[in-house]
Amino acid sequence: MIGNVTTEMILAILPEISLLILAGIVLLMDVLWDEERRRGLGWLTAAGLGAILVISLAAAQPGAESVRMWGGMIRHDWLSFVFKMLFIFGAGVTALFAMEMRELGRRGEFYLLLLVSTIGMSLMASAGDLIMLYLSIETTSIPLYILAGFFKRDNKSTEAGFKYLLFGALTSTVMLYGFSLLYGFAGTTDFTQLTQIVLDGELPLSLVLGALLLVLVGFGFKVSVVPFHFWAPDVYEGAPTPVAGFLSTASKAAGFAVLMRVLIEAFPVAVPYWTAILAALSTASMTLGNALALAQHNIKRLLAYSSIAHAGYALIGVAAVSALGITSVVFYLLVYVITNLAAFGIVSAFSRVSGSDEIADYAGLSRRSPGLALMMLIAFLSLAGMPPLGGFVAKVFVFAAAVQQELVWLAMVGVLNSIVGLYYYLIVLKVVYLYRSEDEDKPVPLTRPYALALVILIAGVILIGTIFAPWFSWSEVASAALF
Amino acid sequence: MQFPILSIIVFTPITAAVLLQLIPSERMTEIRVTALAAAFFAMFLSAWVYFSYDAGAGGYQFVEKYDWLPVLGISYHVGVDGISAPLVLLTGVVMFTGVLISWGIDDRPREFFTFLFILATGVFGVFVALDLFGLFFFYEIAVFPMYLLIAIWGWKVTREYAAMKLTLYLFIGSVIALVGGLAMYFASGLNTFDMLALENANFSREFQIFWFPFVFFGFAVLGGIFPFHNWSPDGHVAAPTAVSMFHAGVLMKLGAFAALRVGIMLLPEGAQFHLPWIILLALVNVVYGAYIAMVQTDFKYVIGFSSVSHMGLVMIGFATLTREGFIGAGVQMFSHGIMTALFFAVVGMVYDRAHTREIPELGGFARAMPLVAVAFIIGGLVSMGMPGFSGFIAEFPIFMGLWNYRPWIAIVAAISIVITASYIIRIIGSVFFGDMPEQFVGHIGDVTALDKVALVVLCVIMVSVGVYPSVMVPIVESGVNGVLALLGGV
Repeated sequence: MIGNVTTEMILAILPEISLLILAGIVLLMDVLWDEERRRGLGWLTAAGLGAILVISLAAAQPGAESVRMWGGMIRHDWLSFVFKMLFIFGAGVTALFAMEMRELGRRGEFYLLLLVSTIGMSLMASAGDLIMLYLSIETTSIPLYILAGFFKRDNKSTEAGFKYLLFGALTSTVMLYGFSLLYGFAGTTDFTQLTQIVLDGELPLSLVLGALLLVLVGFGFKVSVVPFHFWAPDVYEGAPTPVAGFLSTASKAAGFAVLMRVLIEAFPVAVPYWTAILAALSTASMTLGNALALAQHNIKRLLAYSSIAHAGYALIGVAAVSALGITSVVFYLLVYVITNLAAFGIVSAFSRVSGSDEIADYAGLSRRSPGLALMMLIAFLSLAGMPPLGGFVAKVFVFAAAVQQELVWLAMVGVLNSIVGLYYYLIVLKVVYLYRSEDEDKPVPLTRPYALALVILIAGVILIGTIFAPWFSWSEVASAALF
Repeated sequence: MQFPILSIIVFTPITAAVLLQLIPSERMTEIRVTALAAAFFAMFLSAWVYFSYDAGAGGYQFVEKYDWLPVLGISYHVGVDGISAPLVLLTGVVMFTGVLISWGIDDRPREFFTFLFILATGVFGVFVALDLFGLFFFYEIAVFPMYLLIAIWGWKVTREYAAMKLTLYLFIGSVIALVGGLAMYFASGLNTFDMLALENANFSREFQIFWFPFVFFGFAVLGGIFPFHNWSPDGHVAAPTAVSMFHAGVLMKLGAFAALRVGIMLLPEGAQFHLPWIILLALVNVVYGAYIAMVQTDFKYVIGFSSVSHMGLVMIGFATLTREGFIGAGVQMFSHGIMTALFFAVVGMVYDRAHTREIPELGGFARAMPLVAVAFIIGGLVSMGMPGFSGFIAEFPIFMGLWNYRPWIAIVAAISIVITASYIIRIIGSVFFGDMPEQFVGHIGDVTALDKVALVVLCVIMVSVGVYPSVMVPIVESGVNGVLALLGGV
């Protein structure tokens, strides 16, 4: 114990502290190791993140109650903890995917930026104050802008980085304006006090709702929900594939974490009004995301639109605003992060060999590499929501949450959309399994980091889809932190 | 705890599918032998279950129940009753004969059997599921491998179109039924997906009337009910032989069975309200399907539409809500499954040798493959409902039930028997007898020994049930008693 800092306070931010230390080690090794050995940076980062995951799970588990710490800046509860574990896992997998990429795998700054962004996400999930929230969002986003534009010589990557920066800066300004209004009206930035002030009726509800709509713009950008989705396809297409995978999973999950916390914990009075807004956003996201995905020829753009649609499915659970709803969202995000990382990993492994992201070039993959084709089948069918894979259970839970809250129409929109989704995932699988190509005799070898990461992810998809009770109870305690 | 035989049946195919991945893809013989061994094992166990089912005791037997997600009341709960026991046997038989018939597939047989076995696990799972969540879980497992099986190994001309059409139709049906299932779960207030508990949930009449069509039609799409039957002939025709057998033989029963189990048994008042008009749709199935089958010139389309017609009889049997109707429908599901599997096997054998399915271009095949001709004639007699064959045991009670319910519907439906006879006799005449066209003479060989085994197995079953109905009817009747009890002893 140093001064008035207790062990609990240290444990609450143990993941962030360890991430920072790991970032320091990576930076140091980048200088010490010569060019040849720098490939080891990927292993170092992944192993370090794995160790942080294990240590946090062993030592830093929160109690049942949500605890305010560090002057109210940090919330130490299961919601933040589950999401932190998810981000760390996602970053570790991304490091494994990245280490085999040219111009990416041997650059210490890549891993450094990845780790810094992960710290930002961890703080996002646990922020308990508007200022902390804004800072953590920026800590997450700024490294991601650079990562998206990491291939300096590639025009598309540069465009992706720049586009992401412009959109990010714009939405973040709007969000900050919303924060400043909230502060101006209430005179505090602490969520707990804000909640109390609104509850006491000292603030007109319409003002709060107006400010929250501005805030929603920033969150909507992070989770890439319609109509704040325009950046996603271009950025995913141009960004290095592992980065795109990270953006579409961990970054999106972080957005959902703050969305749920701000909406339900900080502004419970506004809940009835949110349901309508979120249901509308969800419907628009699912419908537009799926409809536009139909027309794509590039697999990364297809996954971008599909990730917009998936944000819509997850929003169904948020719109239900119930214990089951939030549980289902957390569960959905667990599944989605693992599945989509697998999908992007497969795309990355394939483009490393073939140099192409066009769906047409996947022809003959099942003959070139039956194992990779099977993994792609599993990942895509899980995205489509087929049992015995995680995606099915996750979808059933969000639809169940909607039906429970009498939002049967929203569940119907969701199931009809999942049919459109199934269509375009099957089209990709058809190319993989059915079409012939001239390159059929060229195998698609998997290097060791890819094989390791993909096997973990695919096993995870099947495991969550069949034995879902432990994951569900994790999601349940996470959602209990909000109610 | 008793021996978990149903779980072993359900998981045998998928375990075999995983094991197949360990065999290098170029060692085709090992792959086929492994597949056959697994299929034989599953058939053996399903026959074991069928013959040790105690019809006198009735109810659900071989029950296993484990917690899956206790918080939401999801459990892994399986068991068979008198209606599902024959269907489990049917699945085992069709799986075994399907593997035999598929011996000749040499394009990626490992993947073929893998997908076929995933499908088989889904089908077994639905027939034994006593938990609503488990039923949906297995139902969707049974739907998606179909896409790949048809798209990759199907008939080159229509396979992509037919596979996508089929998959989307079935998936739409199942997800709509899923929403209905979730509505039941929440409306019951019992916090359980266990169907035995939901049977006693006492849903309000309005609830049942509102949700019954969603659930019933969601599943009945797979049963081929008019006007949602459209995917079925296209799918049957485009699919490779073993998949057509599985598809028409087993999968369509899956739809009818789930419509019964979830629709009629959980929402009985809804069923009583809606079935009187649904029976008219099923009547269209029976008569129109038979008529369309008659005018086809493609051998496989004839059989495809005949399935639509015969599945209509199953739906009619349900819709009469009488004891006779249900018994007939239960036997018909089994009998039609075996019969249509046989038909598609025969079509596949003829096509593999003649490379055409146009009936006018074929002829005289009985000389080249006598056993196939005999098998087809037996199947044809079943199809027409001749006494002494399983089709009679199935159709006679259905018409009896129908006569009790509305005589005029029985009269209209009976027209289908005449039409069926006409197209079956036409095929027998012009495909198997008459003169063989010149280009075929000397080029058409007999079928392999494995094919013959498959045909003999199927024929023996159809004749056995026909000659000795006691082997099946009491079992089905014990299952029907359970259904009637829910319907308030109609």
